[in-house]
Amino acid sequence: MSESRNAILGKLRAGRDAHPLTPPESDFAVLRNKRWEGAERLERIKRMMEAVHTEFLETTEAGWPADVQAFLKAQGTRNLLFGPATEAGARLSSEWTEGGPELVPYADRVETFKERLFDGIDAGITTTLGAIADTGSLIVWPTPEEPRLMSLVPHMHLALLRADALYDTFWQAMTENRWADGMPTNALLISGPSKTADIEQTLAYGVHGPKRLVVVIIR
Amino acid sequence: MGESSINFAKASSAALQDQQLRGNFRRAMDGLMSKRAVQFADTAEWNGVRTLGASVRLRALSKLPELLEKLEANCTKNGIQVHWASTTDEANAIVLSIMQRVNAKLVVKGKSMVSEEMHLNAFLEKHGIESLESDLGEYIVQLDEAMPSHIIMPAIHMNTKQIAHLFKQKIKEAEYTEDVAQLTDLARRVLRKKFATADVGISGVNMAVAETGTLCLVENEGNGRMSTTVPPVHIAVMGLEKVVEKLEDVPPVISLLTRSATAQPITTYVNMISSPRKAGEKDGPDEIHLVILDNGRSGIYADEELRNTLRCIRCGACMNHCPVYTKVGGHAYQAPYPGPIGSILMPQVEGLETRGELPHACTMCNACVEICPVKIPIVEIMGRLRSEAVHPGDAVKGAGSHASKAETMVWKGWSMTYASPLAYQFATALLAKLGNAAPASLPLLKEWTNVRSKPRFANRTLHALAREKGIPDV
Ligand code: SF4
Repeated sequence: MSESRNAILGKLRAGRDAHPLTPPESDFAVLRNKRWEGAERLERIKRMMEAVHTEFLETTEAGWPADVQAFLKAQGTRNLLFGPATEAGARLSSEWTEGGPELVPYADRVETFKERLFDGIDAGITTTLGAIADTGSLIVWPTPEEPRLMSLVPHMHLALLRADALYDTFWQAMTENRWADGMPTNALLISGPSKTADIEQTLAYGVHGPKRLVVVIIR
Repeated sequence: MGESSINFAKASSAALQDQQLRGNFRRAMDGLMSKRAVQFADTAEWNGVRTLGASVRLRALSKLPELLEKLEANCTKNGIQVHWASTTDEANAIVLSIMQRVNAKLVVKGKSMVSEEMHLNAFLEKHGIESLESDLGEYIVQLDEAMPSHIIMPAIHMNTKQIAHLFKQKIKEAEYTEDVAQLTDLARRVLRKKFATADVGISGVNMAVAETGTLCLVENEGNGRMSTTVPPVHIAVMGLEKVVEKLEDVPPVISLLTRSATAQPITTYVNMISSPRKAGEKDGPDEIHLVILDNGRSGIYADEELRNTLRCIRCGACMNHCPVYTKVGGHAYQAPYPGPIGSILMPQVEGLETRGELPHACTMCNACVEICPVKIPIVEIMGRLRSEAVHPGDAVKGAGSHASKAETMVWKGWSMTYASPLAYQFATALLAKLGNAAPASLPLLKEWTNVRSKPRFANRTLHALAREKGIPDV
């Protein structure tokens, strides 16, 4: 197959060298200058995400595990998938009280509980690295402690968002934090529950992924 | 016009008779056009991000061979296996060999235009592998055993009733319903089982980042995430032009792509994949393969003007705004890429012999050029291909194949008449006297008058009128 590789690259090089193209400068000012003031950012994120059916749960640093539990209980949720080895996971398991939805740890490789994951889990909770005002998106970087499918397979995805971890644009989030120096296995922006408009342009939610996205805002 | 194995003219006149189809397209495209306009209402912002996006694409093209090498090196460093294919046959063979090695029986696919170009589903089926489209629109089209009619909204040609009938007919557990939420739910149930059991997931690539070896995928449904996360093997296929230089080049292109395509500020998911499952990680595929496809692109790249075709980010906006596409729909083009971009890309990839008709499926109104977020001079390329079709040359496969004696003679006659004042005066005087007497059923004229009223000639020429007003002929 490397024969094709060399043929393709050779042809591209010959084509380009015969008719070189001057690489234009890219002016990122249009992204650099997009700014929102303090409180406006969160307002905008909420407005944009609500427009695509995202729900919000306001809570505090001290009270979020209890508030999440009360919320899920009220929704009739049977269980919640969580990452036991994260800081948030540790708080959930220590503050979770009897009688509510069951806490299910994502502790092993998916192969060992794929069936239950696809058929028996109502909700999953993950942390975020923040959110983006320009587009109303959460930044989610799955880790070994918080695997990828937690935010995808359960019918409801709860995402913890700290109200001070907000960015203006996607571009700012990645340049300020130097993402290019080391990308994770899978980095994600999530802006709402799964949706489609493939049937006569009619919006329907939850076609493959979560039907509900609940952002838990921690102030 | 030369022999054409694919007949746009015939297919488009059939489409024009289909009132249902025309209604379906008209409604959808009108909606998309007005919603898109809202997204780019701030003209200064649109100009800024458009210029930036175009520069990102041009910069990538200016360093294309180097960036592909860098992409390969960084992907390999990250554990992604890179393969190169000169032709679609070769790409199919690469995909098949990976499947056979892992003994795959079922494949779930995210949406990928390159895999349409490869006719991958049919190929895999021939080898006993079930290849299931998982994007809802693609799934509908696959059930219907048809082709997508739009690159962003594959089933846009069908309405809810038609889809309801199709589901009832093709899905065992289906009850007849026209409720979109219920239809969607049914597809969810069917496809979830497939995601959980598939051996391989296939996806396209919206953009590949040379700097970090990252594959970007934008989508709303989550089927792309499912296909690239649940099965143990992920195969991504991409055209070689899809590379960008830096990670920071991604945001402006995504912003232009999602806003132009479906008028969303961003899609539900932006997925950036940089490696297979690492030690300690609990899910994700153990293997990722990236297949980089040429299929004529390196030839397009060699030509300074045609090269601009490779800037395309596949947003579909040119289709939504094209007066021809919006009337006849995507199927008339009989190509994986329809509309303006298809009309310039298909002849370059497959040759003018079979696709030489497509550059004529254009009114040269420039709507696509005005809308294209990366400023591709589509109409100029269209004109170039029209002329290539009738002149021998070697820039585009099949150049000269549409040269016809009759057409050449007509144009020669036309230019001679226009070059000689005497001949011009004689011809116009003749038409003024006799033109209106010509019956509408005359050959050539008939094709025009079929769907339009016959033009009426004035009984005195402009020259004659001007002379009467005292303006002398020069
Ligand atoms: S040619 Fe331009 S408008 Fe058409 S699909 Fe490509 S990028 Fe979009």
